[in-house]
Formats: sequence, C-alpha cells, structure tokens
Amino acid sequence: MSVTRINLTVNGSKEVVDVPSNWTLLQMLREKMALTGTKNGCAAGECGACTVMLNGEPVNSCMVLAVECDGAEVVTVEGLVQDGQMDVLQQTIIDAGGVQCGFCTPGMLISARALLDRNPNPSADEVRAALVGNLCRCTGYIRIVEAVQTAAQASQ
Amino acid sequence: MKPIQFDYYAPTSVDEGLDKLTELGYDGKVLAGGQSLIAAMNFRMARPAALVDLNRIPELAYIKPTDDGGLAIGTMTRVRRVEQDAEVAKRFPLLREVAQFIGHAQVRTRGTFGGAIAHADPAGQLPAISMAMNANLLVCSKTGERWVNATDFIFGPFMTVLEPQEMLAEVVLPPNPPRTGSVYKQVSRQKGGYAQAAVIAIMTLDEAGACQNVRLVMMSVGETPIVSEKAVEILVGQKPSEQAFKAVAEAVVTGEIDPATDLHATADYRRQLVRVLVVRALTEACERASKGG
Ligand SMILES: Cc1cc2nc3c(=O)[nH]c(=O)nc-3n(C[C@H](O)[C@H](O)[C@H](O)COP(=O)(O)OP(=O)(O)OC[C@H]3O[C@@H](n4cnc5c(N)ncnc54)[C@H](O)[C@@H]3O)c2cc1C
Ligand code: FES
Ligand code: FES
Repeated sequence: MSVTRINLTVNGSKEVVDVPSNWTLLQMLREKMALTGTKNGCAAGECGACTVMLNGEPVNSCMVLAVECDGAEVVTVEGLVQDGQMDVLQQTIIDAGGVQCGFCTPGMLISARALLDRNPNPSADEVRAALVGNLCRCTGYIRIVEAVQTAAQASQ
Repeated sequence: MKPIQFDYYAPTSVDEGLDKLTELGYDGKVLAGGQSLIAAMNFRMARPAALVDLNRIPELAYIKPTDDGGLAIGTMTRVRRVEQDAEVAKRFPLLREVAQFIGHAQVRTRGTFGGAIAHADPAGQLPAISMAMNANLLVCSKTGERWVNATDFIFGPFMTVLEPQEMLAEVVLPPNPPRTGSVYKQVSRQKGGYAQAAVIAIMTLDEAGACQNVRLVMMSVGETPIVSEKAVEILVGQKPSEQAFKAVAEAVVTGEIDPATDLHATADYRRQLVRVLVVRALTEACERASKGG
C-alpha cells in the first residue's frame, strides 16, 4: 500500500495530510478532518450528497481520490460560513423550507454556490440543470429552486 | 465500501507516464477523470494493483484547432471545458450539444474527453460521437505511437484495442465538409440520466441537394455504438425524403441494432425509440445541411 503526504487548502486553512492511496476525498474529509457536513450517499456519483468545490468547481468527492488533491483548494459546506455568517444560500434555503431531513442539503448548497459564482442571475431552468446531480428524497425540489433564486436576487 | 489498496503514481509528463505503464504491464491502470473508474473501484468491481494518474500531465489537456478546420483534443481535457469552449461551439456545435447530456455538472467537471472514449461504454455519448465524426485517435506507448480510427478502436462493451502499456493521448476530429448538418437525439428517463436510446446523424448534401454522405450512429442499443451501413446504402446519391428516412429506420431496427432489456428499458421499447429517433435525426440533419450546416 502506498501512503502519500499531500498539501491542500480546506475551507481556507492549509493542511498537510498523510493519506493512503485508496482513500477518497470524501473519506478524508469525514474521517480524517471531521468535516462531516459532506455526506456519503451512494459512492457512485449518482446522488451528489458528497459534492464539494474542488478548485472552484463542483465535484463528487466520493469519486476523487484524496491523493489527487495535492495542491488543491477544497471548499465544503462548513466553508460556506464566513466570519460566523452563513452564506445567503443557507439562509434562503432555511427560509424557503428547502430542508427536511437535510441529507442532501450540503451537496445542494455547494452545487448552488458553484452556479451562482459563475452565473449570478440564473433562470429556474438553469438552477434545475445545475442541481440535476443532487438528489433530494424529501422536498420535491421546488423550494430548493426557489431558495437559490431568492439568494441570487438578494445578492444583486 | 472503499477501493482495495493499490500503488499510486502521478507522472508529470507523458514519457514518465509511459515508462510507468510499461513497467507495470497488466498491474497498471490509467486514472483519468475517475468518473467511471473510481465508482467501479468503490464497489470493488475494479481492483487494479496500481494506478497511473494522468491528472498531473498538463500537456495532455488542450483544445487546438487543426489547419484543415478540425480540432485536436488532448485526452485529459475535461468534458466541462469542451462544453464551454468557443472553438468547439464554432466548429462542431454537435459536440457542445451532446456534452450537455453527459451525466451532470459534477461528472463533467471531472470526467475527461479521452477517458470517456477509452472507457467505451455502449451507453456513452463520446464513444458514439467519435465514431460518427470519424475521429482519429492517437495511441502512445514507450515504443512508438499509432493512429486508430474511432470505429476500429472500440470492439466490444468496455473493450478497446488499447494495450496495458498504451495510453490514449489525443483525439482528432476532422472538419465537416460544407453543407453538413449534425443532430443528436436521445431519450432518457430523467435529465442527466443515461440514454435509453440515442441517435446521431451527420449528413452532407451535394450542390444539387442530394445526399452526398451520411453517418448514422445508434447508441445504447448494442454492445458498441453502431454505425449504420444501411443508411449509406439507402440515402447516398438520393434526394432525401421522409420515405427514405423511414426506410432507413426500418432497416436499422430490423437488421442493425441488437438492444437488450434491462432496468432502464425493454428491448422492444428501445427498438421503437430508434425507429422514431432515426427519422427525426435524419430529417433535422438534412434541414440543417440545406441551410449550410
Ligand atoms: C452519475 C454518472 C452519470 C454519468 N452519465 C454519463 C452519461 O450520461 N454519458 C456518458 O457518456 N458518460 C456518463 N458518465 C461517465 C462519465 O462520462 C465518465 O467520466 C467517463 O465515462 C470516463 O471518463 P473519465 O475521464 O472519468 O475516465 P476514468 O473513469 O478515469 O477511466 C475510465 C476507463 O478508461 C481508462 N482510461 C481513461 N483515460 C485513458 C487514457 N488516456 N488512456 C488509456 N486508458 C484510459 C481507464 O483506465 C478506465 O479503465 C456518468 C458517470 C456518472 C458517475
Ligand atoms: S456519495 Fe458521492 S455522489 Fe453519492
Ligand atoms: S431534505 Fe431530505 S434528501 Fe433532501
């Protein structure tokens, strides 16, 4: 087995981690860094519960090896909070009732943040397209889509 | 579950990567975007002894226009980049159209253009599109390189001519002649889901409006993407017509495809989809071609 020492930035903080080659980014975040906001749903790229930002773009962390992240910048749902302030998306998804069991929420928030970062004023269709890879078994999606649009308007 | 333990190598140049692949032989496996491979490893369907990660080789990620009006795409170019690239949109609007159907945002961020072709999934869009576009693939090994036409590259489900010590390096898409129209049609259960069946049509008209050339490719209805010979037989040299398109659809459904029944659709349903999609794709390709492509 090979263990590799990697340097990366997680939610703005520089980390040095020794990771076995067979660890996914998801496993490293949850089990080594105790960042359990990111969820393990399917481990097959289907559900999006494990979505994090890797160098500014959304990826499923269950499908990226930790060793691949040497030098990378990772943002998880925990990193959306800045100086104790929640991301506007976090507030609007609560206000809209877009959270029920909450399992999908961290991944939803990351996908939505990635969308707003490149398209600050998306249409409902664009929001849906950006969230296609994030499954929610509770809310029926409508309130989540509304929350993203409300957040976009609030940020204008 | 998590992958079994394996050795991990991250070469920073093609030469170094090829050295590693040669040394490892059947024990080594190329890691590209990981969007198929890591899933398979998470479920231990794939158990490679060693991975050679191409993500640290910048010289494998590029989109370059070729002099004849085509494009050369480095194997490690992310699908997302292909989807957003202005040169791709200009030269091959079809490719842009198709990219949007590949998985979802997370998969496209990471998945690579060449990786999807090397994976040779019969339900994958990029293997089918590379056949339809008559792409040439550059395959490299320590002892040299060879060019393989996309149609000869894939010979079975998830099976290609790649040897363990070889890597796919580049995909070259030749330019479309004038008056060429291209169309992609797919039906899937949900957006971002794999196609239950899909059809690609690329048609070139001559100056008189007759069909000069046609590439019709079906996917998700056989062990590999299927390039129709019947379409060429029936259409080339003829004035395109609805009747001819229907004849092609019938010939394809009865003689060329071999769909399976699985969770996603029955074989009969897939046949019916192809029957309808072939006519739609050919009709639209012809319309686009007559408007100049
Ligand atoms: C939820 C989900 C939905 C998806 N939906 C679709 C879809 O609708 N359509 C679709 O087409 N695909 C879909 N995919 C698959 C996706 O497109 C993959 O990214 C792609 O099939 C493989 O590309 P990759 O770069 O991730 O390759 P990897 O997973 O890294 O590799 C795949 C295989 O190819 C080999 N390989 C890769 N690159 C090379 C190379 N340069 N030389 C030699 N061998 C190489 C690897 O060794 C491995 O065997 C989906 C994936 C997921 C997780
Ligand atoms: S756990 Fe990663 S996509 Fe489901
Ligand atoms: S709130 Fe339960 S899965 Fe989305």
